[in-house]
Amino acid sequence: MYLDHAATTPMRREAIDAMLPFLDQQYANPNGSHRFARQARAALDDARELVASVLGCAPGEVIFTGGGTESDNTSVLGVVAARGGTAVCPSVEHHAVLHPVEHVHGRVVPVDRSGRVDLEQLAAAIDRNVSVVSVMAVNNEVGTITDVAAAAAVARRSNPEVVVHTDAVQAASWLDLRTITPHVDLLSLSAHKFGGPKGVGVLVARVRARFEPLLIGGGQERERRSGTQNVAGIVAMAEALRLADHERETERVRLTALRDRLVDGIAGRLDGVMETVPREHKVAGSAHLCLQGVENEALLFLLDEAGVCASAASACAAGAMEPSHVLAGMGVDREWAAGALRLTLGRTTTDVDVDRAVDAVVGAVTRIRGHASGALADVTTGDRR
Amino acid sequence: MKVLCAMSGGVDSSVAAAELLADGHEVVGVTMRLWGGDSDTGCCSIADVDDARRVAQQLGIDHLVFNFTDDFDRHVVEPYVDAHAHGLTPNPCIECNRHLKFARLSERADLLGFDVVATGHHARIVEHDGHRYVARGADAAKDQSYVVHMLPQRELARTLFPVGHLTKAEVRRRADAAGLRTAHKPDSQDVCFITHTGGREQFLGDRIPFRPARVVDADGAEVGAVDAVELVTIGQRRGIGLPGGGPKRYVVDVDVAAGRVVVGDERELYTGTTRVTTMTWAASVASGDVLVQCSAHGDARRASAHVDAESGEVVLDWAEPQRRVAPGQSVVLYDLGDERVLGGGIAR
Repeated sequence: MYLDHAATTPMRREAIDAMLPFLDQQYANPNGSHRFARQARAALDDARELVASVLGCAPGEVIFTGGGTESDNTSVLGVVAARGGTAVCPSVEHHAVLHPVEHVHGRVVPVDRSGRVDLEQLAAAIDRNVSVVSVMAVNNEVGTITDVAAAAAVARRSNPEVVVHTDAVQAASWLDLRTITPHVDLLSLSAHKFGGPKGVGVLVARVRARFEPLLIGGGQERERRSGTQNVAGIVAMAEALRLADHERETERVRLTALRDRLVDGIAGRLDGVMETVPREHKVAGSAHLCLQGVENEALLFLLDEAGVCASAASACAAGAMEPSHVLAGMGVDREWAAGALRLTLGRTTTDVDVDRAVDAVVGAVTRIRGHASGALADVTTGDRR
Repeated sequence: MKVLCAMSGGVDSSVAAAELLADGHEVVGVTMRLWGGDSDTGCCSIADVDDARRVAQQLGIDHLVFNFTDDFDRHVVEPYVDAHAHGLTPNPCIECNRHLKFARLSERADLLGFDVVATGHHARIVEHDGHRYVARGADAAKDQSYVVHMLPQRELARTLFPVGHLTKAEVRRRADAAGLRTAHKPDSQDVCFITHTGGREQFLGDRIPFRPARVVDADGAEVGAVDAVELVTIGQRRGIGLPGGGPKRYVVDVDVAAGRVVVGDERELYTGTTRVTTMTWAASVASGDVLVQCSAHGDARRASAHVDAESGEVVLDWAEPQRRVAPGQSVVLYDLGDERVLGGGIAR
């Protein structure tokens, strides 16, 4: 049972089919001046128009990048490099935003218990010296939806010149991006979160969002992102985005029901279960629970053994689980946060998966808690150091 | 059996995992992330985790990483700093084994359905008179029974040391024969959370205020001064502000509270008796003649042991006067055959 769709979701067959010709016969560099190159160029232009139509922006505003992290980094570092000043973001942003903001000695704004940025504090943090503010559309860990339009309006009231970026990497499968793009200057997407391949993404850049490119060289993407375009990946991404957009509403309804069944199934059979964020504030495919008296490293191992692929927080470079900065930012007690479990649903998730996952989680948590009380009993009988 | 093998990324634990597999066990490798701060020699660098993972992949076993940094801070680093603040000379590797590599890891292993935990220590586990004992590894020069001396019966029953019966040369030979990437990796030597560049002084200086102390001789006459009494250890000769020339003088006593370091000649460094606190016994309380080791690479010396009924401490009367043991050091008692660990504690 693969319940880690927020980490990555399987590629769509149609996207694989769309990219294969560009790995095989249509291998030309789209920036060349011969007939092969023109074919590749046409595919790239088609993909750009398709992406623009789903995003609700002009094709010229679509920059193809190497993924969400590059788009996020470019947005924060590139704007500060071009305009000076510093950056602002909420405390629960993805590290691809948070670390660049810290890198430019930016300001981090607190969030509420659901992970939504405090708009008053956001307004207070943005002064004349702030050149870019970044507010994520959907949180990758807990699934919270932020009203980006409202945050953008507040930010611009504080400083009309501020550039507004949103990390929409987790939003593409769940929200109509046409309702977000018009409110921001910069927007990041990552193909592998919606059925495209890894290593390719989008940065939407409105004309007023002046930034220094992160990559300079051959001047591709209108001098905004140098490097030969990943034609196959871009074509696949566009196809995946088209399908995600087309199926969004039916999938949202289907996966909301499955997510509810999953969470209700677990919470109905176990004590000490906290839904980290109320469902009305979350996207459909996201279940995030905090399980009292459970260490998530042990839980993930037992779930893995039971065939359930789940996650907790992000891992460090060595692969060890790190305490979640998102839960800390939301004010979740450390003991509860230690038992964080993220189960994220997607296109391939079925009701059978969900029912098996409920059984696996209940079984693993029961075992861990039973073991802990056994160890406690040892203390009372003195059979321990 | 289902074995959880602790893999540091070094050659010993790499071969331990390979030996377990060859013996037909079901093996999963785990690397513990212990220290979250700066490190240049330790078992937690990303390169070492990479080595452990690559060896596991080569052997075709799963590899996990457990984050035990909080436990490591609480059970190893904080007590280490605290001990120095009180003028003691602690052995953090022993506390790491006591609390992390065994207790914490074996509890986790038990929870996850493993039968035993294995490590690459050069030590063996033997049975004698119905009890299990830690015993010296086959390679006398690499023996690590001293640093795993504290394992209680319950832990010994669920622990394996798959390379304890091998010499280090044989371990490397087997790693080489199996084509393991760690075959020629140098041994780790130092305390993993202290860097070469900063050293112990910087590590402690960042965490506790150093206090100056007077250096006096046995008659109380001031002969020198030190800036940081917390860094002074029994037996030390250098760095205590004594002029060159003259007879060799050693630190024979450290009194942090009074800000006083006492020096004396080599004769005064020797003692006939050492007292040991917080003893753990392998099977039962031992008394009478034993062999005693007081540092990781020291020789075992003969002493007569008895428990002081009043204090509960173990008193060691040395067969021949011995250099004083720095308070805080681990003292490990072996049988007269110099094979089995009978127990161990901390020098007072």
